[in-house]
Amino acid sequence: MRNAMIIDGKDNVAVAIEPIAKGDTVTYAANGQDVSLTAAQDIIIYHKIAIRDIPKGEPVVKYGEHIGIASQDIRTGEHVHVHNVEGHRENLEEKV
Amino acid sequence: MEFYGYRRPDGRVGVRNKVLILPASVCASDTTRIIAQQVTGSVTFNNQQGCAQVAPDQQLTMDVMAGYAANPNIYGTVVVSLGCENCQMDLVVDAIRQRTNKPLKQVIIQESGGTLKAIDKAVRYAKEMVEEASLLQKEKFPISELILGTECGGSDPTSGLAANVLIGQLSDLLVQAGATSILSETTEFIGAEHILARRAATPEVRDRIFEIVHRYEKALQMVGEEVRKGNPSPGNKAGGITTLEEKSLGCIHKGGHSPVMEVYDYAKQVEAKKGLVIMDTPGHDPSSVAAMVAGGAQVVVFSSGRGTPTGNPIAPVIKITGNRITYANMIDNIDVDASPLIYGGDLKEMGDELLKLLVEVASGKQTKAESLGYTEMAIARACNYV
Repeated sequence: MRNAMIIDGKDNVAVAIEPIAKGDTVTYAANGQDVSLTAAQDIIIYHKIAIRDIPKGEPVVKYGEHIGIASQDIRTGEHVHVHNVEGHRENLEEKV
Repeated sequence: MEFYGYRRPDGRVGVRNKVLILPASVCASDTTRIIAQQVTGSVTFNNQQGCAQVAPDQQLTMDVMAGYAANPNIYGTVVVSLGCENCQMDLVVDAIRQRTNKPLKQVIIQESGGTLKAIDKAVRYAKEMVEEASLLQKEKFPISELILGTECGGSDPTSGLAANVLIGQLSDLLVQAGATSILSETTEFIGAEHILARRAATPEVRDRIFEIVHRYEKALQMVGEEVRKGNPSPGNKAGGITTLEEKSLGCIHKGGHSPVMEVYDYAKQVEAKKGLVIMDTPGHDPSSVAAMVAGGAQVVVFSSGRGTPTGNPIAPVIKITGNRITYANMIDNIDVDASPLIYGGDLKEMGDELLKLLVEVASGKQTKAESLGYTEMAIARACNYV
């Protein structure tokens, strides 16, 4: 049964749509196909879980966009939240 | 795709055919309520502004009034003013005339000899206008004539997961069909403005996106409010939102993936067939919806996690929730259940369904907010009364 979802194909985090316990199988649909992984931690409903390894300094992607930067190495199946993600404001105005 | 609508003499196309009894200020609002009660087919609203406002706030009020009269869902307008308010009758009439050449009548309460005489005169004007309006036959128009307003309020985690995603899909479909879709709520862009800016069609549009966000932030700072501080709130974080970017992305997802073609100030006239555009409005729903309708939106789609009743006097509002519990709980208020998207539903199929509903509503189908008679609205302002 699907207990998580991704919003955009580029996302590297899924969102729990049911409460998930450590060791549970996490299943989400990507392009109509079910993809499964194992939860490394408890995931509260609507919180995020890494569906790929995200090395420290790499962007965390949800909605197909950067929602922040990994402040430490995040392994597949881990809870992704304020303890391992920092907000990061791109300064587009300077790039122009 | 096509819908059945009403052709207006200014070239625009309406999806409803009402006569507006427009109160020029708070002092005319009870009078317009009594007038509208006498005339089936007319609408009015409670205008709490129109007098003793600083110039920029008066401008917001004028733009909403002129925009409402010009909205193509309106056949014609009877403006009612007290007589001594700052939004003087000639100013209101000029502002309306700059936007449209539709039927327009004026009643000034003080010059008419008080409430009863003013009501008598206005009711007769309005009845005549409703009669003319009722002769109008609907015609078929392509959906590229539609200007869609998008809004979210009473959000919860399902808004970003389902309802706003579905609205984004609808917005993209309309843009592909050549229509205009408006993304609103500047306060909710904060933190994701660089992402929106990246989607700007031109450097000018990109600069305008930064401008409206910074201007809004500055206005709030003047009264000691810091949006970026303490946001996301502890409640947001408990709900799973990690960063301000993430929170704002949940909101701006209503704009789909299309490029941003233009940025409009509050309640300014929006161009049809323009693609995805932004309007600078507050996160406060009734005043944001009012601005988009004043901009010319004939229909509004509105997502709500908690389930809000908000309607509008002029444009039908379609309510969408991503929360299946809310849908069951607030089924009298909510038109569309987007929660299947969370549990494996197909975005493309659901987007096509929503577009079908939009076309039905544009062709006359009543939304729940409409059939309940909800017309609450507000006009944005920055400053206290003078």
